[in-house]
Amino acid sequence: MRRIRAAAVGAVTLPLVLTAAACGGGSSGSEGSNEQPGTLTYWASNQGANLEVDKKVLQPELDKFEKETGIKVKLEVVPWSDLLNRILTATTSGQGPDVLNIGNTWSASLQSSGALLPWDAKNFEAIGGKDRFVESALGSTGIQGQDPAAVPLYSMAYALYYNKKLFAEAGIEKPPATWDELVAAGKKLTAKGYNGLGAEGSNLSNNIHQVFVLGKQHDADFFTPDGKVDFTSDGAVAAVKQYVDLMAEHKIIAPGNAEYAQNQSLSDFAKDKTAMVLWQTASATFKTQGMNDDEWGVAPAPVRSGKPGPGTATNSMVAGINMAVFKNTRNIDGAKKFVKFMTSDEEQVILNKAYGSIPPVKTAQQDPAFDTPALAVLRETLASSATALPQVPEESQFETVVGTAVKELFADAAAGRPVTTESVRAKLEKAQQQMPET
Amino acid sequence: MTLTAASGTGERTARKNSPGAAPRTRRSGRLRRIGLPYLLLLPALLLELLVHLVPMAIGIVVSFKELTQFHIRDWGTAPWTGLDNYSLAVDFNAPVGEALLKSFLTTCLFTLFSVGLCWLLGVAAAVFLQEGFRGRGFLRTIFLVPYALPVYAAVITWAFMFQRDNGLINHVLHDQLGLTDTPPFWLIGENSFITLLVVSVWKGWPFAFLIIMAGLQNIPREIYEAAALDGAGIWQQILRVTLPSLRPVNQVLVLVLFLWTFNDFNTPFVLFGKAAPEAADLISLHIYQSSFQTWNFGTGSAMSVLLLLFLLVVTGAYLLLTSRGRKATDA
Repeated sequence: MRRIRAAAVGAVTLPLVLTAAACGGGSSGSEGSNEQPGTLTYWASNQGANLEVDKKVLQPELDKFEKETGIKVKLEVVPWSDLLNRILTATTSGQGPDVLNIGNTWSASLQSSGALLPWDAKNFEAIGGKDRFVESALGSTGIQGQDPAAVPLYSMAYALYYNKKLFAEAGIEKPPATWDELVAAGKKLTAKGYNGLGAEGSNLSNNIHQVFVLGKQHDADFFTPDGKVDFTSDGAVAAVKQYVDLMAEHKIIAPGNAEYAQNQSLSDFAKDKTAMVLWQTASATFKTQGMNDDEWGVAPAPVRSGKPGPGTATNSMVAGINMAVFKNTRNIDGAKKFVKFMTSDEEQVILNKAYGSIPPVKTAQQDPAFDTPALAVLRETLASSATALPQVPEESQFETVVGTAVKELFADAAAGRPVTTESVRAKLEKAQQQMPET
Repeated sequence: MTLTAASGTGERTARKNSPGAAPRTRRSGRLRRIGLPYLLLLPALLLELLVHLVPMAIGIVVSFKELTQFHIRDWGTAPWTGLDNYSLAVDFNAPVGEALLKSFLTTCLFTLFSVGLCWLLGVAAAVFLQEGFRGRGFLRTIFLVPYALPVYAAVITWAFMFQRDNGLINHVLHDQLGLTDTPPFWLIGENSFITLLVVSVWKGWPFAFLIIMAGLQNIPREIYEAAALDGAGIWQQILRVTLPSLRPVNQVLVLVLFLWTFNDFNTPFVLFGKAAPEAADLISLHIYQSSFQTWNFGTGSAMSVLLLLFLLVVTGAYLLLTSRGRKATDA
């Protein structure tokens, strides 16, 4: 008896791995029903400074929706760190929300699980048509050649934010447009005792966003055109090395940034310790950190040479949030009505204004609210020089294994260990071999 | 066993109190004697089945399947892959197996240090607090605080303290005491092993202290008095009276600490996030990453089954050895 008990204690990792599988089942492949027309459950991703801010932003809109349609929306704001696992669990158990937000880079991965309602022509028609959305935002809604698995809700892009006071002190007149200029500016700032550039070395997703863009600039994609993993191409190795070298070789990223993962680089920026950050829609965070809008400037993220544009002049990934409907919803009509409501011109302006993001709906984007200099840079980036992360089922694994490789390389750089082309290639090779065979 | 004895005693008492109802009681009593223990065990058995055995069985099935995101919605339809997941996990020349082996060895070393230190601190504190003195109750309470705190809150506080640039640890070590040339990293790189150990021991030793303290209460004072009369000093008493008397308690304590520490997931997850540094890549977090982060549930399950087998073998061997030892002592 005692032996059995001991064995059972030993098995604690099993339920951990299998929580999802143990619930089992899921529902059949049908596309929802209308058994519960009066209510909807909505999982919103955390967009504001904290969960309470999100509730304050969203609840009045949900009340408005209830008034219009009579459908009550039960809101749950899910922190980023939990969202993907919560979606996975809901997918396996079939016990999920009716409508949910997903990070747009996960679209293809989640689409391949078959849990999300496909947005075919008919479904798009129900929310006003596909043409209402900006092209780049539609580019990260699912696997190419298939009906999208989600609808764009908020769009974001990366830009270079700089601290005007520190720039003036270091005698830098205009924000850098190329990587060489960025390194030169960073060195001037470092000589003045500031950190040139901030980074979040332990944040796997952020690492991916940065090296993906640099990969594009080196003409590398991390996946072959037919969707096979390709982490070790010369371009990919060069991209990762270039990013880590900002700390290892040029020393314009402070070593301490290697352990950052909770937006500490933004706090350093607001506290005048760090002069530049490459970030998506940082304005709201700066405000909550007590920084006035006139204390920082924003410029397009650097490219290798010349002006940002498509191809090797890409300077941002298409960041943003999509809205998806779980296939086994019991209120399919209500769910579509809710998506239509959230992507309506009026709501798009209200919500994107509140979160400092850009509406992926063309008409809403024309609202004067999105004409500020900061947002104009982001809008322009999205329109002309942003590229969607690879829309392949393995995207989520890619974020984990390559993001971890970059984290480990940053740890090497912080400890003063050399980061060479060989060491970068070795880490990427290891990452590639960790990917499940497809 | 225990339950049967208890119900038997209860029945005897009932019979003594109501002699008039003897024949009926005897009949239903026999029924009860046979059925009651099972009835009482039933809720626990059902829960055990649901919480442990069913997931375990599913886990074993999944370990023979190729379960990725393409099949998680209906895992039963995932294709069978035979022993592929296992051969991937134990191919120590390929990255997946190599990383698993490294993580396993790290966990072994970590467990050895952590359990050893927890035990040592627990014994030291319990022996120290054995004698009555002013403030003993207060110290006992203080010592138990780490055990009483919610794990997440405690570990996240440690994570803040271990931050390189803003953390308290470096503030003391580097800024105030000047013990290091540059502030060291604690949450990335090689030092992360020490960080993990410190937090794990801080969290685990109060349990050892509690159990050993309870064990000490059962050692009759007369033995110490006799030992003292025979001229044994304090160290002699600890070595020859306290530790041998604590042996049965220690046997259980070390086993429980070993299993908890070996499987610890919360501490590394809260300290380091989803991807622990290589030096502190404990096996449970490693398996979590293999399953949930790379969505390769088949391989993750195979790793879990291997871990379970390892723990079963170690636990079985340990119980066999210690029970033999005990029989020899008893004889």
